[in-house]
Amino acid sequence: MNEHKILIIGGGPAGMETAYQLKKLGLKPVIIERSDKLGGHLAQWDRLFPASDDAEALLEKMREQCIDIEKRLNTRITNITKENNIFHVSLSNGNSYDADAIVLCTGFDLFKAERKQEYGYGIYNNVITNAELEHYFKTHNDERINEPKKIGFVHCVGSRDVKVNNTYCSKVCCATALKQACEIKEEFPDSDVYCFYMDLRMFGKGYEDLYLKAQKDFDIKCVRGRVCEVSENIEGKLVIKAEDTLLGTPMKMTLDLLVLMCGMEKASGIERIQNMLNIKSNADGFIETRDTFYGLNHTKEEGVFVAGACTSPKTLPDTIAEARAAAVEVFNYLKDNGQQTFSLRF
Amino acid sequence: MIVEGKQKIWADYQKDIPDDHYFYVRSCIRQSFFPGSEVTFLDITRNKLGKDFYESAYHTTCGGIAYHSDSIPQETAMTIIARQFALMHESGYENYVCSCITSFGCYTETLETWHEFPELEAKIRQYLWDSCKKEFAKPKYLAHASDIIYKFRHEIARQAKYKLINAKTGEPLKVVEHIGCHYSKMFPSKGFGGAEYPHVLVGMVEAWGGEVIDYPERRQCCGFGFRQYLIQANRGYSISNTHKKFESMEPYEPDLIITNCPGCPYFLDRWQYVIAEQTGKTYGKNGYGIPALTYEEVAGLVMGYNPWDLGLQMHQVAIEPLLDKMGIEYDPKAKYKGINGKDLGTPINPINIKLQ
Amino acid sequence: MMDDIDLELFNKLEALNPDIKTCMACGLCTATCTTGKFTDMSFRKVILMLQRGKDKEAIEKVKSCMMCGKCMMVCSRGINTRNILLSITRIYNER
Repeated sequence: MNEHKILIIGGGPAGMETAYQLKKLGLKPVIIERSDKLGGHLAQWDRLFPASDDAEALLEKMREQCIDIEKRLNTRITNITKENNIFHVSLSNGNSYDADAIVLCTGFDLFKAERKQEYGYGIYNNVITNAELEHYFKTHNDERINEPKKIGFVHCVGSRDVKVNNTYCSKVCCATALKQACEIKEEFPDSDVYCFYMDLRMFGKGYEDLYLKAQKDFDIKCVRGRVCEVSENIEGKLVIKAEDTLLGTPMKMTLDLLVLMCGMEKASGIERIQNMLNIKSNADGFIETRDTFYGLNHTKEEGVFVAGACTSPKTLPDTIAEARAAAVEVFNYLKDNGQQTFSLRF
Repeated sequence: MIVEGKQKIWADYQKDIPDDHYFYVRSCIRQSFFPGSEVTFLDITRNKLGKDFYESAYHTTCGGIAYHSDSIPQETAMTIIARQFALMHESGYENYVCSCITSFGCYTETLETWHEFPELEAKIRQYLWDSCKKEFAKPKYLAHASDIIYKFRHEIARQAKYKLINAKTGEPLKVVEHIGCHYSKMFPSKGFGGAEYPHVLVGMVEAWGGEVIDYPERRQCCGFGFRQYLIQANRGYSISNTHKKFESMEPYEPDLIITNCPGCPYFLDRWQYVIAEQTGKTYGKNGYGIPALTYEEVAGLVMGYNPWDLGLQMHQVAIEPLLDKMGIEYDPKAKYKGINGKDLGTPINPINIKLQ
Repeated sequence: MMDDIDLELFNKLEALNPDIKTCMACGLCTATCTTGKFTDMSFRKVILMLQRGKDKEAIEKVKSCMMCGKCMMVCSRGINTRNILLSITRIYNER
C-alpha cells in the first residue's frame, strides 16, 4: 500500500506556499507541476507592485522552502478516482499516488492579447503585453523597446469586457500598470507615459501610495478612457484613439510603444482535472468554491481544496494568505476525518 | 506590420458559401452611381466563370435606406426582406447574394433577429401574407457579391489580362481597401476576415498583384453614414469624415481605392472633387485624384474589359492615370460615348482637379 | 490630435506647481465651487483642458473664478488650487 499524501496540483506561489505550510504542519505534500520548474507566473516577473520588490528574491525564498518537499516536475495528471475518501491519482510519468486530500493550485493564464483584435497585438510591431515588458525589465532584450518617447498603457485588456466574455476585474492590472509605468519612465526619463484606465482600483496595502508616487514623482499621466483602436502610421508608430471621459472629448495620439495590461483567465486545460474530480466552474470559468465567505478554500467535493488564482484573479499577498489558510483547512479536514496521513503523523 | 498576425485572423474568419446557383439582387443606387458594376458582376460570374446567377424583375429595394434614415420601422424593413426571400423561394433558389452592403447588413440582421426571436419571424410571415399573399423560405446561404468575387479571385487572376502592377516599373500598385461598414461591423463572423482586418478585398488585391495599404483611419466610415449625408444640414460631417480618411492615406501615395459598398466608392470619389474645390488639394499626383473603384470594376479591368464598358467615365476622379499605370489600352475619345456610340456629354473641367 | 498641442505654458505652470500632477479627478473642487453654481467654472476641468492644450476654453472658465479658496479647503490631495489659479492668470496672460 502506498503512503498517503496530500497532492498539490500546480507549483506556482499558491502551490509552493500550501506545500510548505502543510509540511510544517507535519503532513506529506507532493507538488505536481506540468512545467520543468516551480514558480508559475512569478518566475516571469521582474519586480512586484506596489513597491517594485525583486520578484526573484521572493521566488527564491519560496523555492528554498520547498527544497525538501516531494515534487513531480514535467508531470501531468492522467486520471483520478475516488474511493472511500481516498484519491487514486495516476501521473503521466507512470507513477501513481494515493492521496487523502487534493489542493488545486492551478493558477491562471494571462489573457491572450490577440483576442482584442482592435489593439493589433501580433500585427502592429510596437504593441506589447505586460508580461513582455516584465521580460524586458529582466533581460533588457526586446528590440521593440528602443528609446520610446511616448508610451501608453491600456488597462483592463481582457477584463471587464463582455466582448471577450470576461466581465470580471483582474485585480492586479491597475497596480501593475502604474508600477511598470514608473519603471519605464525611470528607464526613459524623457518619455511621456500615459495610462488609459476606466477606474483605478488601488485597493491594497501601499497601492494608493504607488498611485500618488506615479503622479508626483514620475509624472505618469492617467487618462480616464479605454483605448478603442490602434493602428500604425507610415513611420510605423502607433496611432491610438480613446475618449478622454473626464472632458467628454475624443482623443487621438501617436505613441512609440503600447503596453496591454492583459488580465487573468482560467488556466487552460484545467477542465480536464475538474472533470476527474467532479468540480464545477463559475460562469467566468474560474473554479467554483463552496461559498464566497467561509468556504473559499473548499470545493463542493469533499477532500478537494483550492488556493490562489484558480478560483478568481488574485494578488500575490492574497494568494499567499489563501495558501496558508488552505493548509490549515486541509489539516483540520484530515484531523476530523481521521485520515491515514493524519494518524501517521503522531 | 506583422502580416502573419493578420493571416491568423483571416484563417479564423472564413465562411462557408456555395460556389454556384445564386439568386442575385441588385442595389437601389449602384446602377446610377456605377452603372457598369452589377452588369460586369453578372457577366463575370455567368460567362467567365460559368455559374448560375439568377435575378428577378420583381425584386425591389430591401428598405435599408429608409430603415437607416429612420423613416420606416424594422418590421416594415423585415417584411420587405421577407418578400425578397419569397421571390428567391418561388424562383427555386436557396442561395441569396446581394450587391449592396447595407442590404447584406439588413439581411444578416434580420436572419439573426429571427433566429433569436422566432415569434418575430412568425409575425413577419403573417405581415407578408396579409400584404402580398406570399410565403417565404429563409435562404440556406447568404452572401455578399464581393464574397463571390473573393471566392473566385484566384480563378479571375488566372483569366486576367492585366495585373494591379505598374506596367512600367513592375512594382505592385498601392491599394487602399475600404470595406462597407455594414459588411461585418455588426456581425464580424459573417464577413471574410472579420471586422477589424477584413480579408474580402485584401484577398482580391493580393491575388491580382497589388499591395494593400493599412493606414490609420482605415476602419472609419467613408463618410456616407446615411444620417450624415441624407440630411442636408449634416453633409459637413460627411465630407469632414472623408477628408480625414484622405489626409490619413495621403502619405502612402495610393494608386487606387477598392470598395465593396454602394456608398463608399461614391463618396470617396465625388467628395474628392468637392475637397479639391474647397481646399485646392488633390490626393493623386499632378492634380489628379485617387481613383475609387468598385471591386467589380477592378475585376473587370484586370480581366481586360473595356474601361468605358465598365462605366469608368461615370467617375468624378479621372481613371486614366490608373489605366496608364496598369498598361491598359483605351480610346480617350470614346470616354464620353455611350454603349451605342451615343454622346453622353463632356463634363466641364473644375479648377482644382483634373477630370481627363 | 494630442500630438500637435503646445504644452510649453502648461509645463511652466506644472514646474511652479508640481502638486497639479496629483489631481485624481474626484470633483470636490467643482462641487464646492461658489461660482460653479452659475457659471461653467470647474477647477478640475481647467487643469485637464490646459493639459490637453485647450488653453482658450480653460482661460474662459478661469475668468469666472472668485478666488474664494473653497477648492483649496476641500482638495483631498491637498493641491494649492489658489496658487495654481494665480499662476495660470500670470503665465497664460503672457501670451
